Amino acid sequence: MAIVGVVASGNLEALFERTDDESACRVEISTAAHGFQPLWEAVLRDFVARGAGGLRISINDGGARPDMVALRLAQGLRLMQGPEA
Amino acid sequence: MPGKNWTTQKAALAERIEAGGRYATGKLVQPGDLGEFFEAVLRAGDRVCLEGDNQKQADLLAQALAELNPARVHGLHMVQSGIVLPEHLDMFEKGIAKRLDYSYSGPQSARIARMLFSGKIELGAVHTYLELFARYFIDLTPNVALIAAVSADRDGNLYTGPNTEDTPTVVEATSYKSGLVVAQVGEIVERVPRVDIPGDLVHFVVPAGKPFFVEPLFTRDPAAITETQILTAMLAIKGIYAPYNVRRLNHGIGFNTAAIELLLPTYGEQLGLRGQVCTHFALNPHPSLIPAIEAGWVEQIHCFGSEVGMEDYIAARPDVFFTGPDGSLRSNRAFCQTAGLYACDMFIGSTLQIDLAGNSSTVTTNRVAGFGGAPNMGSDPHGRRHPSAPWLQAGKEADDTTPPLLRRGRKLVVQIGESFGAKNEPLFVERLDALSLAEKLNLELAPVMVYADDVTHIVTEEGIANLLLCRDKDEHEQAIRGVAGYTEIGRQRDRKMVERLRTRGVIQRPEDLGIDPLDADRNMLAARSMKDLMTASGGLYQPPSRFRNW
Repeated sequence: MAIVGVVASGNLEALFERTDDESACRVEISTAAHGFQPLWEAVLRDFVARGAGGLRISINDGGARPDMVALRLAQGLRLMQGPEA
Repeated sequence: MPGKNWTTQKAALAERIEAGGRYATGKLVQPGDLGEFFEAVLRAGDRVCLEGDNQKQADLLAQALAELNPARVHGLHMVQSGIVLPEHLDMFEKGIAKRLDYSYSGPQSARIARMLFSGKIELGAVHTYLELFARYFIDLTPNVALIAAVSADRDGNLYTGPNTEDTPTVVEATSYKSGLVVAQVGEIVERVPRVDIPGDLVHFVVPAGKPFFVEPLFTRDPAAITETQILTAMLAIKGIYAPYNVRRLNHGIGFNTAAIELLLPTYGEQLGLRGQVCTHFALNPHPSLIPAIEAGWVEQIHCFGSEVGMEDYIAARPDVFFTGPDGSLRSNRAFCQTAGLYACDMFIGSTLQIDLAGNSSTVTTNRVAGFGGAPNMGSDPHGRRHPSAPWLQAGKEADDTTPPLLRRGRKLVVQIGESFGAKNEPLFVERLDALSLAEKLNLELAPVMVYADDVTHIVTEEGIANLLLCRDKDEHEQAIRGVAGYTEIGRQRDRKMVERLRTRGVIQRPEDLGIDPLDADRNMLAARSMKDLMTASGGLYQPPSRFRNW
C-alpha cells in the first residue's frame, strides 16, 4: 500500500491498496466540497485509462483542485508500481 | 520664420524657477512649503510625471500634490509608469488631474476601474514601460517631473541608489526639453556617494526626512510554492530550457518562475544544465535566485530596479550585478526593458487568462492592473538582427520553408501556470474579460498583455504546448485545449487530434519527458522558506519584516 499527500486545504490524502480484481479500480472519495462530481469523474476517467486495475483508492479531500488531484493520483500509482509495493 | 520666438519654453522654465524660488533656499524646498511651492510652479493642464512605478514612489511629493486646492491647480495630464499610491487617484477624484497615460496599476486595479467607469479619469492609453518612456521623448514630454532619490547635495546632484529605475529617463526627457525637475530626497549630504543625476538637471530638492517608499514586489516566499507549481516548473526546465539551450532570459514575478529559480540547483543540476541555461538575465534581484547564483549558475544580471533587503547581497556580488563605484546596485528600467526586448531569447511568466487563440491578459472585468514588463519582454522584436541558437531554432520550428539565411528567428515567449489559478478561476477562457472591459469603456484596443502571435509555448501541469509547431488554426486551438487540464476549455478538446499533436511533439506530457511525478516534491526546492534564502545568502539577504515569521 501507499499513502500520498496530506489532508490540508487545497490538498488531499490518498491511500492506495492492492485488490485481487485486476479488472476494476475502486475509488472512495470523502469530501466536503459539493457540486464537483463531473470534475472528479473526468479526472478519474483519465487516471484509470492509464492502467489502474487492481487498486482500491481512498481519498480524503481538503478541497484540492483537479491539477492537485491528478498529481496525487499519478504519484500514488507510481509508488504502487515501485519495487516495494 | 522671421519674428518667431524660438525660446518660449526656456522662458517658461525660467518663470517657473523664479516662482518656485520664492519658497526655496537655494534649491531646497521644505516639505511644509510644498503646497504653496506647487501652486507657484504648476500650471493648469501641465503634463506631469509623478515618479512612481511598480517599486519606488515619490510618495512625499504625491501626498503634497493630492492635497492641493483644485481651484488653483487643476486639469493636470499625468504621464507616469505607476498608479500605485491612493494619492495617485485622489488627485483625479479632486479634479487636480484629468488625463492619464500610464503602464501599471496593480494595487489600485479595482479603484482605477471604478474611476474609469465613472468618467473621473480621461484615459490616454495603458502602455508598456518602454513604450511610455519612448513617448516621453516624442509626444508625452513632461512639463514637470516630480522624482525621488536617496540623497542630494546642495547643488542638486542626486544619488538614486539601488532603486534608480525610471529616474534617469524621466529627467532626461523633462530637463533637456525645458521642463522643471523637483526631487524628493531622503537626506541632504555634503557629497553624494555617486552622481546618478547631475545637479544642473535638477531645479529643486525637497528633504523628505525619510526614504522614499519601495514595494518588495519581487519577493516570493518559497513556503507558498505548491507541488503542482514544482511539476510545472520541471516541465519548463526539461521541456524548454534544456532543448532550446536558453541562456539569456527574463522571468516573470509569479510563483511558477520562482519555482524554476529554486529548482535550478537541484533538478537543473541533475539534468546537467549548469552553464548551459540561465546564465544571463534581464531581471530584478529576485531573492529566489540566490541559491542558483550561489551554486554558480548565473554569470550576470541587469536589473530594472532593486528589491528590498537584497542591497547587501548585491553589493557583495559585483561580478554578477551592475554596481557603481560606491558599491551599490545601479538599476535602470529603460535600459533593462531594452535588454529584455532585444538581448534575451526567452520571456517566461504567468498570466490570469488565456483565450483559445493564445491571447493572454491580467485584466478582469472589475480590475485594471495595467502591465508590468510582460508585454514588452513577451513580444517578438522585429528589429532584432543578431542570431543565437534558441532564436534560430524557434524560427525554424515556426517556418520550415523559408531559406535559413532569410528566415527570422523567434523569441521564445512562454506562458506558464496551473490550469486553475487562485480561487479556482480557470486559466483558460473562451473570451478574455479584457474584451468586455474594452467594450464597457469604449476603448479602441482591449488591454491584452501578450498577443497570441507572440506566444510560442504554454506550460501547465498537464504538459507543454509548442505553438510554433502548429500549422493551422485548428491545431493551434487543440494544442491549447490539450494542456488546459480539467477547465471547460480543456474538457472540450478533440481527444483524437490532441493525441495526434502529442505524437508530433506539439504537446508533451510529463511522462513523455521522463518526468517522475514523485519528484514534484517540495524537498526538490533549493530553499523552502525565507529563512533558507537568507541562509543561502550567507546572511547578506535581509528579508523585509512582513516576510519574516521566525
